[in-house]
Amino acid sequence: MLRSFKLSPPRLILAILLTLIGTISIYFLSNTKLSIAGSNFTSIGLLVSGLIFYAGILVIVAMFEDETVLSISLLTPSIIAVAIFVYGFIGWSIRVSLSKWKGLNPDFTWVGLQQYYNLFNNDQRFIIDVRNTGMFTVGFIVACLIIGLGLAILLDQHLKGESLFRSIFLFPMSISFIASGVVWGWLMNPAIGNRITGINLIFQSLGLNSLISLWHSTPMPWGMAYTIIPAVWQLSGFTMALYLGGIRSISEDIREAARVDGASEFQIYRYVILPMLQPVTLSAVIILGHMSLKIFDLIVALGNKDIRLDVPGIYMWTTTFDGTNYARGAAIGILMLVSVAILVVPYLIQNMRTETEI
Amino acid sequence: MNRRIALKILFYLILIALALVYLLPVYLLVLTGLKPFNQVDLKTMWSLPIGGFHIDNFIAGYKQLAPNINNSLMMVIPEALLSALLGSFNGYLLSKWKFRGSNLIFSLILFGMFIPYQSILIPLVKFMQYIKLYGDIPGLVLVHIIYGIPITTLIFRNYYAGIGTEILESGRIDGASLMGLYRYIMFPLSAPSFAVVIIWQFTQAWNEFLFAVILTNQSHWPVTVALNNLAGSQLVQWNVLMAATLLAALPTLLVYIFLGRFFLRGLMAGALKG
Repeated sequence: MLRSFKLSPPRLILAILLTLIGTISIYFLSNTKLSIAGSNFTSIGLLVSGLIFYAGILVIVAMFEDETVLSISLLTPSIIAVAIFVYGFIGWSIRVSLSKWKGLNPDFTWVGLQQYYNLFNNDQRFIIDVRNTGMFTVGFIVACLIIGLGLAILLDQHLKGESLFRSIFLFPMSISFIASGVVWGWLMNPAIGNRITGINLIFQSLGLNSLISLWHSTPMPWGMAYTIIPAVWQLSGFTMALYLGGIRSISEDIREAARVDGASEFQIYRYVILPMLQPVTLSAVIILGHMSLKIFDLIVALGNKDIRLDVPGIYMWTTTFDGTNYARGAAIGILMLVSVAILVVPYLIQNMRTETEI
Repeated sequence: MNRRIALKILFYLILIALALVYLLPVYLLVLTGLKPFNQVDLKTMWSLPIGGFHIDNFIAGYKQLAPNINNSLMMVIPEALLSALLGSFNGYLLSKWKFRGSNLIFSLILFGMFIPYQSILIPLVKFMQYIKLYGDIPGLVLVHIIYGIPITTLIFRNYYAGIGTEILESGRIDGASLMGLYRYIMFPLSAPSFAVVIIWQFTQAWNEFLFAVILTNQSHWPVTVALNNLAGSQLVQWNVLMAATLLAALPTLLVYIFLGRFFLRGLMAGALKG
């Protein structure tokens, strides 16, 4: 439905120019190779040319003065990118996971759910992975919530130096999982006797010999529990920030009212503030949960592909790219996706509903 | 009253003790980095360097990682700028020019933020090989921009939703079009949000490992991949490794120290809706 069409010669010229430039450069780039500073930019060049061409089309669309159409047209490149790179690739992965592709040459022979069946029934390594992920996820979320809430309550006491403490608890978040894994690998060095070092050395010099630990080298399955430590170091401060934001958004009037009713400070936290923080806990569980279900780089840096600390993310990586078992790798990837989707999709749907109401 | 003071002291003691624990890894990195080679011994891991500080380890660490730090910078700077621009566009359209189904489209885009990238890795690698962007930095930049669309759109959309429509309406009366409103009203108002998104994308891409290790070859490795490789190598002494780790973490650490406000806002935007 066309509302109106406003022809403006300068814009028409611009549109023609843009589409022309786009077409010409697409023509040239499809015949030659564009190289900048030793890198192959041909595809990037083609993409940019395509976008220039599309910009020309957009100028024409804009002349129709239908803003809904223009808005959708402007969003289209992003929508296409997400449609291909997220949904298209997920579909493609699912297809691979239903095949028996093993080896460098694609083999799309249909085997149904065979790959999934094998993972759950005849694959010791995957069973270890599931157990490790479960242990990691539960321990990590619980520890982050408890420490985060505790820190938030401590920082809510309007102590001097609050912002300094907040920064100290939060800074690990800015460091990569890789760097964190490398440092903690040395801190949690399992060597004992003459070569004792890291945190164990601190324990030893403090006379706390009973605390000396093998850390993540503890025999299965408990070694995995220690990999939670660096993860909590990195994300408990984030949980604290979430809770602190939640606590601070509760109006002082409510607390005052509870005080007038004779509640102690402890009771105020227990019966007034904690129940009001439930939505914060929910978001924290979703954020932390989706991180821990796909935990990967931290374990790579910490465990160096140690099978005892294996997680699905690492198994997918090694079986696909070292073992060329593409079908199995895809199945693991899709299972990871399903586990995250179970956690996140209800949250997204609820989010969308509440928005529509507003 | 005495009880209150005692309680406060207790709170301080707990906070200080915890702060020391949180700072322990950084203390180790700095301490080890500043020791001369001959004092690096696992037994004296926690002792201060004798006879002043040395920066030998940092120089050695830098020599190891210099090309990769360069690769990371080459990747992160265009990535952060371009994805902020794209996110700003999308956020503007999805907050101020809603159409039927735009909320659904937004939710579908948002889902891309949560997916484990293992679930798209095989098609991604094949596709990047097909379009000849495999192995090098430009391809990695493109991948980071595309998978950054959800979070950048989210941050900008929330930010723009908080800007009243009155200002846009007054612009419309003056005859501005959809693009004109963006260019003359929204874009100039977006500086804080641009800071948040650029910092967020910078940090994310700098710290990212999976795409980097799968999509680049050794000469184009970003710093996370090189650091992980260094850590697994038997040839590198651990003191050099500690110095290299600090160097690899330094850019995002500095961003956090000096621009922490914006970093925190990005964090919150990624976590909480509304």
